[in-house]
Amino acid sequence: MSALLEVDGLTVTLPVAGLQQPVLRDISFTLGQGEALGLVGESGSGKSMTARAIGRLLPPGAQCEGRISFDGDSVLELDGAGLRTYRTHGVAMIFQDPRASINPVRRVGDFLTEALVTNEGVKQDDANTRAAELLDAVGIDDPRRRMRQYPHQLSGGMLQRVMIAAALLINPRLILADEPTTALDVTTQAEVMAILDTLRRERGVSMLFITHDLELAAAVCDRTAVMYAGLLMEEQRSLKLDSDPLHPYTAALVQARPDISVTHERLLAIPGRPLSAFEAPPGCAFGPRCPHAEPACAQAVPPLLDVDTGRSRCRRLPELRGTMGAKSAGAGNG
Amino acid sequence: MSILAVQSASPEPVEMPTSSAGRAHRMGVGAWIALGILVFFMLVALLGPLLISTDPASISLMDSFGPPQPGHPLGFDGQGRDLLARLVYGARSSMLGPILVVLISTVLGGTIALSAAWIGGAYDAVVARVIDALFAFPGLLLAILAVSLVGPGLLAASIALSIGYTPYVARIIRSAALQERSLPYVSALTVQGLGGTSIVLRHILPNVSGIIVAAATLSYGYALIDLAALSFIGLGVQPPASDWGVMVADGVPGLLQGYPQESLYASACIVLVVGAVNFLGDRLTETAEGGR
Amino acid sequence: MSLGRFLLGRLIALVVTLLLASLAVYGALYLAPGTPLSFLTRGRTVTPEELAAIKAQYHLDEGFLSQYGHWVAGVLHGDFGTSILGKAPVLSLLGGRAFNTFMLVAFASIIILIIGLTVGITAGLKRGWVDRTLMVGATGAMAVPAFVAAIVLVLIFAVNLHWFPVFGAGDSLGDRLYHLVLPGIALALASVAYVARLTRAAVRTEADSDHVQTAVSRGLPRGAVISRHVLRNAMIPIVTVAGLTIGSLIAGAVVIEQVFQLNGLGSYLVQAVGQKDFPVVQAIVLILVAVFIVLNTVVDVLYAVLDPRISAGRQSA
Repeated sequence: MSALLEVDGLTVTLPVAGLQQPVLRDISFTLGQGEALGLVGESGSGKSMTARAIGRLLPPGAQCEGRISFDGDSVLELDGAGLRTYRTHGVAMIFQDPRASINPVRRVGDFLTEALVTNEGVKQDDANTRAAELLDAVGIDDPRRRMRQYPHQLSGGMLQRVMIAAALLINPRLILADEPTTALDVTTQAEVMAILDTLRRERGVSMLFITHDLELAAAVCDRTAVMYAGLLMEEQRSLKLDSDPLHPYTAALVQARPDISVTHERLLAIPGRPLSAFEAPPGCAFGPRCPHAEPACAQAVPPLLDVDTGRSRCRRLPELRGTMGAKSAGAGNG
Repeated sequence: MSILAVQSASPEPVEMPTSSAGRAHRMGVGAWIALGILVFFMLVALLGPLLISTDPASISLMDSFGPPQPGHPLGFDGQGRDLLARLVYGARSSMLGPILVVLISTVLGGTIALSAAWIGGAYDAVVARVIDALFAFPGLLLAILAVSLVGPGLLAASIALSIGYTPYVARIIRSAALQERSLPYVSALTVQGLGGTSIVLRHILPNVSGIIVAAATLSYGYALIDLAALSFIGLGVQPPASDWGVMVADGVPGLLQGYPQESLYASACIVLVVGAVNFLGDRLTETAEGGR
Repeated sequence: MSLGRFLLGRLIALVVTLLLASLAVYGALYLAPGTPLSFLTRGRTVTPEELAAIKAQYHLDEGFLSQYGHWVAGVLHGDFGTSILGKAPVLSLLGGRAFNTFMLVAFASIIILIIGLTVGITAGLKRGWVDRTLMVGATGAMAVPAFVAAIVLVLIFAVNLHWFPVFGAGDSLGDRLYHLVLPGIALALASVAYVARLTRAAVRTEADSDHVQTAVSRGLPRGAVISRHVLRNAMIPIVTVAGLTIGSLIAGAVVIEQVFQLNGLGSYLVQAVGQKDFPVVQAIVLILVAVFIVLNTVVDVLYAVLDPRISAGRQSA
């Protein structure tokens, strides 16, 4: 599988109180054609910022180091026509809140077809036909009528399907899905996720799937990366996250999951609170909350090391491996 | 396994190094200057006439448009009256008149808004429609109508102006109160059996007080302009009494003859005070809205 | 709620508001000290015939509602009564003056729309020093009352530079416009600043919104993003603010006409107040209030046309 997207040493800083503060530190990963990678983390971990950096949607004042390469092009150096081509044919983004992310005063049909008509000069009629077909594919009944309506006349779940249809309409090679189901209610979440997953696989589109839900990422993505405080903590095949976590943080996330088959006396929680990148201590960012931390962990940020099944940023991994799994001893009970 | 299930075991509040600290510092300087200007003119209005020995009404045609001289640092107007004394005495009606407008319109508008937001239903709908229909209605016109009924002067004009401002104030407070009302804690208080009046007065009112103060501050500026304009067109404070609006008008003949001092000094006072008030009002609005 | 029903509702509200406003303007007569008759004739010696004429004009022998009814019926037929001082029908005294006021307000409105929107949009789109400079200027200009702006403009451009006339309305159309330059700018200044600030805020809010980010992420050209998404959506609050601001010019015109001796409705109103000519005061206030209310309704309707969330489907806040 040749890599479609390569992120190498990506570091992003944002101006906060007059100082450039890091939000992403040395992020590296690759994504193959047709592959799906899950990016999991708590709010503030930098997972959305990673997607924004790839989509070139960082807030004003952000500074980037490192390399993002898409099909051989250096994304961070694109501008003008190159950047527009990249956005027109390369990536499509799906955002968390469809109601906020779709212009409320334009018709659904306008939203769907705007990129095709404006960027590619497709005739409005043809664009309408293609949009209606895709609306049908994402499970919206009577697409022609829906296209004449305004966003406020559609439910959140329907709007997110519209968003997915709009993303697929340009035949992108990569979809950046930033928590696409978080704003939806639980029953709709599953349907929308299934539609996105199926259509993406059918068309061979790669996907970077941003979520705070480890289980959902594991279900949808081939590989999953876990982020904490602007750092990639581990990355491996999704199937192994549960049984063989490569980082105590992942293990703690697994432990924190309420398991309905077992009656716990109380839910396990990770002690401490999630940190932003610029609050992180000098050593391992997770150190202060880690049950396995030792003084040496606070010396320097551990490097992201290749392991047989993936990568990990835990310097004690060799000794801890196999003891952190779901069935093993708890990660502390806060 | 949603990360939302990961509870924070350390609930203490955390200082987030956001940009608000830097911004607070910057806007602090401007706000202090604005507040300083306002306090200075308020003190002049309240105490100035006690400290100044020159009679603002004493006419001496010899000194017509006279330049500054010892004891008369700003010189004289066309009738040889001391300009500084006129400005200081004029500060009284110009600075204190608008306070009446602010008090009446805020109390009236606040009461209407809070009761509408709390009672809701048809009452609120009617209040909202009336407010919308009258919003931004030129209070100056009402004041002129009032003057035509009871004769020139600031009292009736101020009361009329207050009525003109009430929809503006009520609209701002109503929307803030509605937002506040929709917060869960209000339902919690209701469930605990607290009466409507005490919820409104003890909980909603304090929480929208920032917005109320901001609206009152901004309407002070508008009222100052409107009352000065009324005096300027001859329907407010009557000469020979001094008022900044009157002085701008009195100075026009001099201005045409090359002696613009009287008009310009009085204008400068108005612009300085209104500028300071607007600046403070903007900052107060930002702070109140930011804190919501 | 369809657009048709919305319009009908607004129309009914318009009529009700106009009726209430006219009731207030008429009822003001009863708020005055003394009896309406003594108020209408105060400060003057009137012959018995004139007294009878005023009584008849105001139907003072009848009940309040009946008086008001007669008055409204008269107004609807263009009969605003007779000027006590001018002894002529009020309407005949207003015509030309109303046109002068209209010219002034229209001139100022054009200045406000062109400059206010340009400055606001520029500041909203260009972050950094352009934005800061324009907004500092606008904040300063907002503190300048129209009459202060007027005398400063007169001092600089009429007295010192002799570019423009000090007073008067002018004769030919071109001359009239020439005479309107200083009054128009003076009347517009604070409103330009106000509209500019709100336009900037509206543009900035939209430019920072999620849906504009979506549009950018789809690779649309910057011009299309700005015109179809930023400005199109920002237009909704801007129309409201600009409409209300133009409405508020009606009061400002009273002051400006006084300064520049433009002989419009405003200066006539001030004159009538001074001369205690109440029928004229009533007529002018009613006309200005009515214009304001109608303008408000137009703004409301425009708002609904621009924002599909108001006129179609579910109601929103």
